[in-house]
Amino acid sequence: MSPLARTAQVPAATDPSLIRNFCIIAHIDHGKSTLADRMLQLTGVVSARDMKAQYLDRMDIERERGITIKSQAVRMPWESEDGTAYALNMIDTPGHVDFTYEVSRSLAACEGAILLVDAAQGIEAQTLANLYLAIEGDLTIIPVLNKIDLPNAQPEKYAAELANLIGCEPDEVLKVSGKTGEGVEALLDEVIKQLPPPVGDAKAPARAMIFDSVYDTYRGVVTYVRVVDGKLSPREKIQMMSTGTTHELLEIGVSSPNPEPTKGLGVGEVGYLITGVKDVRQSKVGDTVTNYLKPASESLGGYEEAKPMVFSGLYPMDGTDYPVLRDALDKLQLNDAALTYEPETSVALGFGFRVGFLGLLHLEITRQRLESEFNLDLISTAPNVVYEVMGEDKQMITVTNPSEFPDGKILEVHEPMVAATILAPSEFIGAVMELCQARRGTMRGMDYLSEDRVEMRYHLPLAEIVFDFFDQLKSKTRGYASLDWKADGEQVADLVKVDILLQGDQVDAFSAITHRDKAYSYGTMMTSKLRELIPRQQFEVPIQAAIGSRIIARENIRAIRKDVLAKCYGGDISRKRKLLEKQKEGKKRMKMVGRVEVPQEAFIAALSTDEPKKK
Amino acid sequence: MPSVLPDGDPAPADGLLPASCAHEAQGRTMSFYVHIPFCTVRCGYCDFNTYTATELGSGSSQATYAATVSKEISFAREVMERSGQPHREIETVFFGGGTPTLLPAGDLVSVLGQIRRDFGLKPGAEITTEANPDSVTRESLQELADGGFTRVSFGMQSAVPHVLKVLERTHDPKRVPQAVAWAREAGLDVSVDLIYGTPGESLEDWRMSIEAALSYEPDHISAYALIIEEGTKLAAQIRRGEVPNIDDDDHAEKYQMADEMFAAAGFSWYEVSNWAKTPANACQHNIAYWKGGDWWGAGPGAHSHVGGLRWWNVKHPAAYQQRIDAGISPGHGREYPDAQAVQLERTMLLTRLSSGMQISELDATGRTKVAGLIADELIDAKAAFAGTLVLTQRGRLLADLVVRELLDF
Repeated sequence: MSPLARTAQVPAATDPSLIRNFCIIAHIDHGKSTLADRMLQLTGVVSARDMKAQYLDRMDIERERGITIKSQAVRMPWESEDGTAYALNMIDTPGHVDFTYEVSRSLAACEGAILLVDAAQGIEAQTLANLYLAIEGDLTIIPVLNKIDLPNAQPEKYAAELANLIGCEPDEVLKVSGKTGEGVEALLDEVIKQLPPPVGDAKAPARAMIFDSVYDTYRGVVTYVRVVDGKLSPREKIQMMSTGTTHELLEIGVSSPNPEPTKGLGVGEVGYLITGVKDVRQSKVGDTVTNYLKPASESLGGYEEAKPMVFSGLYPMDGTDYPVLRDALDKLQLNDAALTYEPETSVALGFGFRVGFLGLLHLEITRQRLESEFNLDLISTAPNVVYEVMGEDKQMITVTNPSEFPDGKILEVHEPMVAATILAPSEFIGAVMELCQARRGTMRGMDYLSEDRVEMRYHLPLAEIVFDFFDQLKSKTRGYASLDWKADGEQVADLVKVDILLQGDQVDAFSAITHRDKAYSYGTMMTSKLRELIPRQQFEVPIQAAIGSRIIARENIRAIRKDVLAKCYGGDISRKRKLLEKQKEGKKRMKMVGRVEVPQEAFIAALSTDEPKKK
Repeated sequence: MPSVLPDGDPAPADGLLPASCAHEAQGRTMSFYVHIPFCTVRCGYCDFNTYTATELGSGSSQATYAATVSKEISFAREVMERSGQPHREIETVFFGGGTPTLLPAGDLVSVLGQIRRDFGLKPGAEITTEANPDSVTRESLQELADGGFTRVSFGMQSAVPHVLKVLERTHDPKRVPQAVAWAREAGLDVSVDLIYGTPGESLEDWRMSIEAALSYEPDHISAYALIIEEGTKLAAQIRRGEVPNIDDDDHAEKYQMADEMFAAAGFSWYEVSNWAKTPANACQHNIAYWKGGDWWGAGPGAHSHVGGLRWWNVKHPAAYQQRIDAGISPGHGREYPDAQAVQLERTMLLTRLSSGMQISELDATGRTKVAGLIADELIDAKAAFAGTLVLTQRGRLLADLVVRELLDF
């Protein structure tokens, strides 16, 4: 083994047998980025001086949240123990369930995966899910325990857990510390030894799979590909096989980790393409790139259109920010092909957008980026899922917004379902079962991973987990449980739309589609929340929850009877004027619903899961 | 006045007023307010600028106070002359506190004499003093009347002992009719002040207080909702849960009760919290405040308004006396409200009066609100048809809301 390769393999001229493509599967805070940084340093592609902590996580927000959203690939030279120079491609994978499809494409670009687990915490549900995808994709798995330098590390215990899980011996589990660098060189040697080299037909028409595409302000879209067959060369014309669109290759190269143009990319190689395209939707993850002049007859397969699972209305607090929000979404979409949106108007919230997300984390990240990168203050409505609804006319319509729910008699409502996997210490089995039952879940199985850790599998409506399920799960298991889910068909359910009315006026932002059994509790929850949140007005304000024309819950905000300073002496005049001037500032943050003044805080508080603040 | 002074610009040592104030003062009435910052005890609800003998400390005293405040009156004449203010005779004088009647009647008469000498009193000028029912005698009230006072306002607050106890008022309720009778005997107009909504006061308690007040046959009644001011003993008691908090709905109920009972006894409201037997009995001094008149406020913490400038004096009597003795202005801070602020002040003050505000004085947006206010029964329709905005009973209770609406807040 050597800290630095003396000779490096040249891209476009590297024999596939000298290439190893791998990714790292890890839970959010199990130290993937630190390990990756250490590898970049040890292989010499980044000097210690240039080393920014967690080099691969470029976006600020990723660093802030400690998670990886966008994957990239880095080519690193490494010499085996016998002195042969290899090229290692490390493909970064997103770590979160919202990005399962992107994960699956990243995995498809590799022959092997490092399964990285925190030696103090053990494996988590999301890791299990990704591990499953890797095993299903026939990847070679190298089990590794990280953070062995921690005082509370239990490498023996978790080595046994991993060995049991993937069917190896506990002593085959490598032990490293990304922080101190211990064991990392040995790990790189094992990557060369254990992983099979890529295999492909160099003479066939090119087939390269897109596993990521990123928008760069200066370069346009940067597309990351793994070449399976054939070769891609600079200046040639390429074709996207899903759409048939063609582009000229302005630049082709590898990242190590800065982009370095090359003479092309051959079988088994991983690198980037630049075509001058400005929109990531032109370069879709999972698509196959081929030569225009000598196109492949069949794509690599596995391509799926990104499908939003969760929808939420996003509205600017300040109505004049609407154009800013529109521009911001346009910009984000350049970098996020999964983001969909269309304009929407809410009586209560004004102009905004109905935005589709892959999941709740995707929603949160997008919202946070809009607020921090574009300086927007946003209100987001309660997230909902997509329903298929059949009205009296027997027509099936797709409902992504409660306002689209048809009035009148409903014959059938179909809701999306998920298969959820929950890992938790066994002492919390009861608590988890209780929660899942309350969320209309059906248990599908339960296995002990070790003596005190259990994996529970549930079939649950997606709608039941998009709001606060994860928070509830965490609080009921003192933070120990982890959750993974994937889409799993649909079911017919007795769902209704609950409307909230303020003084007879429907507040569209508060409408929700819920199971009939839960309509009443949603109605009473929302009406009593609003009663606390909306200040008294000069007239009585009834707050009602209704299914169609049937009122299911009602609260009243009594009319305010006194709003005057009783005494107003000479000396009070300045003070009282200033009091009124202050109230003027407060008024700016009011929205009118009919004649009712609703503070913006009330919308935010009512739409959040937190306890309402006292008005 | 509340003891916390507003924010403003520092007031200059010479006390001179900007030249523009001279022009603005033209045609305005001129009044005097004299602050007497002494009390025998501090009441639990009170955050006014007043001091008991022990709180006062050295550096100022009740004995020399009349002389000190008289010096400010002379200073006022000098400053107004030097600032080019038009000479105006004084139309109303109001002695407030504290407890003005803690000073010997002769002291109050001598201060009034100073105003008469320096400015002159308009014939028929209204001269009022506040009084605590147990700090007056038949003789002291006669002396005030003889010295030119025309009106006395008794701090009755309540007729119910347990309510007075929460307020920490020391007077015996039976003392009030006696004091009122003496004042009448001396030929003074009489007002009684009531406070409603004290923690623990029932509707029945309030009704008894109203009936008692009416039975003394005053010609003017003020009824103020209790305000819990930060920093008072009562605020602390409420925070600690020793005393229940006040309640706006209870206040509204009691206001309506008072308004109806006063009306039945022949009193008419002329300001949100003030009722008079005849229009002539309305307190001209307070009306001057609300109609934007000028006044000079003498004494520590007193506020003044002359020619559009508002200023306020240093708060503590010792600091005040030091300034006066050194011949420099006791002014602490001042402000010159801009056109928008003046419009706000006019709207919030004029709408408090039964004489109301001319709808033509509102801006275009304000005028579009009038119809809605009629529909909500906040302002009187008939008066509005005649071009004046006058609050209904409901509107008086929601006067701040009406003001915000008119100014489109």
